[in-house]
Amino acid sequence: MQSFINSSVGRKMLVAVTGQFMILFIFVHVLGNSTVFFGGLNAYAAKLHSLPLLVWITRIIMSTVITVHVFFSIQLTLENWKSNPGSYAVSKYQRSTFASRNMIWTGALIGTFLLFHLLHFTFQVINPSFAASANMDALGRPDVTFMVISSFQHFISSIIYIAAMIALALHLFHGIQSSFQTLGINNERSMPFITKSGSVASVILFLGYIAIPVIILLGLLKGQ
Amino acid sequence: MILDGKSPSGPLAEKWDRRRQELKLVNPANKRKYKIIVVGTGLAGASAAATLGELGYNIEAFCYQDSPRRGHSIAAQGGINAAKNYPNDGDSIYRLFYDTIKSGDFRSREANVYRLAQVSNNIIDQCVAQGVPFARDYAGYLDNRSFGGAQVSRTFYARGQTGQQLLLGAYSALSRQIRAGTVKLYPRSEMLDIVIVNNEAKGIIVRDLVTGRIESFAGDAVCLCTGGFANVFYLSTNAMGSNVTAAYRAYKKGAYFANPCYTQIHPTCIPVSGDHQSKLTLMSESLRNDGRVWVPLKKGDTRAVKDIPENERDYYLERKYPSFGNLAPRDISSRSAKEVCDEGRGIGASGRGVYLDFADSIQRLGEDTIRERYGNLFEMYERITGENAYRQPMRIYPAPHYTMGGLWVDYNLQSNIPGLFVLGEANFSDHGANRLGASALMQGLADGYFIIPYTIADYLARTEPGNITTEHEEFGHSREKIASLTDKLLSIKGDKTVTRFHYELGRIMWDYVGMSRSEKGLNTALEKIPALRAEFWKNVRVTGQGHELNQELEKAGRVADFLEFGELMARDALERNESCGGHFREEYQSLDGEATRDDQNFSHVAAWEYKGADNAPEMHKEPLEFENVELAVRSYK
Amino acid sequence: MNLTLYVWKQKSKDQPGELVQYDARNVSPDMSFLEMLDVVNEGLIRENNEPIAFDHDCREGICGTCSQVINGIPHGPQERTTVCQLHMRNFKDGDTIYIEPWRAKAFPVIKDLIVDRSAFESIIQSGGYVSVHTGGVPDANAIPIPKEDADISMDAAECIGCGACVAACPNGSAMLFTAAKITNLAMLPQGKVEAKKRVCMMTEEMLNQGFGNCSNHYECQAACPKGIKVSFIAKLNREFTKAVNIFSEPGE
Repeated sequence: MQSFINSSVGRKMLVAVTGQFMILFIFVHVLGNSTVFFGGLNAYAAKLHSLPLLVWITRIIMSTVITVHVFFSIQLTLENWKSNPGSYAVSKYQRSTFASRNMIWTGALIGTFLLFHLLHFTFQVINPSFAASANMDALGRPDVTFMVISSFQHFISSIIYIAAMIALALHLFHGIQSSFQTLGINNERSMPFITKSGSVASVILFLGYIAIPVIILLGLLKGQ
Repeated sequence: MILDGKSPSGPLAEKWDRRRQELKLVNPANKRKYKIIVVGTGLAGASAAATLGELGYNIEAFCYQDSPRRGHSIAAQGGINAAKNYPNDGDSIYRLFYDTIKSGDFRSREANVYRLAQVSNNIIDQCVAQGVPFARDYAGYLDNRSFGGAQVSRTFYARGQTGQQLLLGAYSALSRQIRAGTVKLYPRSEMLDIVIVNNEAKGIIVRDLVTGRIESFAGDAVCLCTGGFANVFYLSTNAMGSNVTAAYRAYKKGAYFANPCYTQIHPTCIPVSGDHQSKLTLMSESLRNDGRVWVPLKKGDTRAVKDIPENERDYYLERKYPSFGNLAPRDISSRSAKEVCDEGRGIGASGRGVYLDFADSIQRLGEDTIRERYGNLFEMYERITGENAYRQPMRIYPAPHYTMGGLWVDYNLQSNIPGLFVLGEANFSDHGANRLGASALMQGLADGYFIIPYTIADYLARTEPGNITTEHEEFGHSREKIASLTDKLLSIKGDKTVTRFHYELGRIMWDYVGMSRSEKGLNTALEKIPALRAEFWKNVRVTGQGHELNQELEKAGRVADFLEFGELMARDALERNESCGGHFREEYQSLDGEATRDDQNFSHVAAWEYKGADNAPEMHKEPLEFENVELAVRSYK
Repeated sequence: MNLTLYVWKQKSKDQPGELVQYDARNVSPDMSFLEMLDVVNEGLIRENNEPIAFDHDCREGICGTCSQVINGIPHGPQERTTVCQLHMRNFKDGDTIYIEPWRAKAFPVIKDLIVDRSAFESIIQSGGYVSVHTGGVPDANAIPIPKEDADISMDAAECIGCGACVAACPNGSAMLFTAAKITNLAMLPQGKVEAKKRVCMMTEEMLNQGFGNCSNHYECQAACPKGIKVSFIAKLNREFTKAVNIFSEPGE
């Protein structure tokens, strides 16, 4: 018998589980982000960096999770492309969605964005002049708030973030309910509920994430 | 010649046991040396191939479909009988035996029918063990229903798809053997000839329907499980591909064809809608439990249903058969429908239809109850006709459905050619002149799972395995003959399509050899069929080539056989000067129009022997002896 | 009514195919879709042209032989209906209809609209059965089975194996077909004995035959003429979890 890691269902399950890990992560992330509205972002960032063990464990887990998710998604998608030799002269989709058919592309966009996002806010090399590591706030902490607000006051930066969040929302719109189906933790009664909750969650996350650039762009949140 | 059915002696209930003790066995180590060819993979073929493969024989199985799971057994809706007596309502093996033999109008072999009733119980056990999801009650036990007018509830069912579920069960057993390597499957392969060496069946000639190649297969025995021939009527409830070719070509090689005139016309099918009609769809007989059959009292009454008052309706089944009413047996209901339509009281555009009305039941039980019972059937009816049967009565008309006749076999299911066994609908053995509802599935599986494994061993034990190969000259002759037949069909290049010929044959058969027959009509058929056949061989147009997938060529070969076989049917019907079961001769009826049997002169099986294209076939008789039942008049009044 | 058809014509497996235009004249709304094609074919034969090859047999929606993608939808626009049960009253005069074969790597075209579905056979042969011998089984009523379980098993067993699920799937996956068989047997005590091995073998065979992986588009359920539900795929996934659970002891 083939092993879990070669099987169709096993690999899908790995994608689903890693996907759910990442959903967990982005939920925590959006909560952390929202401290910017209450002026607590610098404190939050400083607190995180005072716990290097937690930060590094998270980083290692997330890197692994992302690697597994990306590797198997690409592998499975390539197989699927091979299994479908070509399209019909007339194609008409009945149940699938734009989101479900473009998971690999929304995924690729999110991956690219992730690199940009790391360079932007973690390694802070995109706009060195706004870098938190280079600007301290009044309490001597790295001024993350200043970095975020200054960055999003740039229209292009904000648009990049908003566009990426559209891709993320689409990815989650299909991905959340799909992961439950793949793991078999649903049934006929719970499936409509899970599907709906998945859609609602992706909308909430989308709004949560774009709130920062939108509010800053609208000038409702300004630096000191 | 007087044929011997080789029924075992002794008391009825002990016959099968006695026979099993007499039969020789094949040593387990020797079984794999024997090759058995199984043609057809419906219920009989799939169950036989799976069981024989499991026993250790080498099996080659053939079907014209792309998968064994598509045999037409799959379309059986109603259910399968068994004498389990789970409902405790008085059923027994004897009662199932008696009902079957009575329903067959005392024209079947007693010992065979009794054996069928005996093994019916094993079939249900076997299917449940395979994972067939039969209907169950709330306690988790198997549910039974009464079917086709039976007085006891002995029918097991899986929604309206019993045939499908049983076939999938047999197919799964077959798939297991294919995996195990004991069975080799040849789908999309049509048997075109049987090869007889020294008067024993030793192989078949097959056309690969994808490549068109004509190939030989040798074996130590051949099982034909190729179903019935109702498509001789062109329109029937059979699948488009169902044909008589395998059986008929065996007949032309010397196998006797028994009782070809016994055909069952099912009373509840959707009427023909126009000339384009390619097949007829059956609506489960269970509908008659709650539907009332009627036609207008007046001739040519074209008023809408709601405009015909109650006293101007003729509920003719209830009128003529007060005790059975709408549940009168199939042959009787069908014939009554034909009578009222012949009188000019039929309904619908063609005048060939009667109403099956649920208005009373809907009023009495509510639409929801009716929907629960027959929802899927009403849906199917609406899909085909575009009419809503909750609002207006269904239109129904009889259609050819099952053929009781088939190749002659003895008690061991062996034809008169040693080594040629015939199973399921393809043989003639168990249903007499009319088949009891829910018994076809039972017979197919009985033959395949529980009878052939015993009886074929007895033949094989007396034969040397593998002594004939495809190198034998008979294979060469046969291949050449088939190849030249193909060439001939392709070379005629006439003006008329194969389907057109089939259509015209169907009209002749339906008009003169259909639900009711007369000497005059049958003689007319015997003139018209040869004329049509002659025209076929002069004027048929078959497009394409032989060495490719060619559906027209496939059809042409089958229709060519039907054009000969139809004549045999008419001849048999003409010879049988009595009315019995599905065979109704207008000359032989009582004053009130009921069938009149002639036990004195016709209590026999008519088995026809082919005597060449230019000679009339010769009839042989197998007398039917009844040691245990009294020949009664079948009355449903 | 009169219709314009564009039908996929392909001489054999190795030759390229193309859409060819045909006219269907005087089509009656009472015809089934296949009867409409019969009429077109009769006309083609009369003009000495080659008829359109298509698979069909029972013409009552149960054998699963017919297989055509009509205007982009396997088995055509009517829900829960096979091509043979689709009637022309679902179309209107002047319509243009595209008729194509199932398209999937695992279902190569044999000719015109006929495809080779033997990959399905291989999936069933890999484990879609209870390994029971003929004879020697207990009485059918020896094991009561809850009605709800038997009903779910039957829901799944209604699959006719036509392959519409594969044809509809953007990934050419056979998960719905496989899941239907898995569920049919896993719901019954008779099928539970071999359930773990079965789910592994059948899903492995699915990949070997060149079918894709399910990514939950649910096109299969929409196309299925028998309404087989994607919840059976979740059931298959659960069965798979049970089969590969490294923490379970043998016998659990």
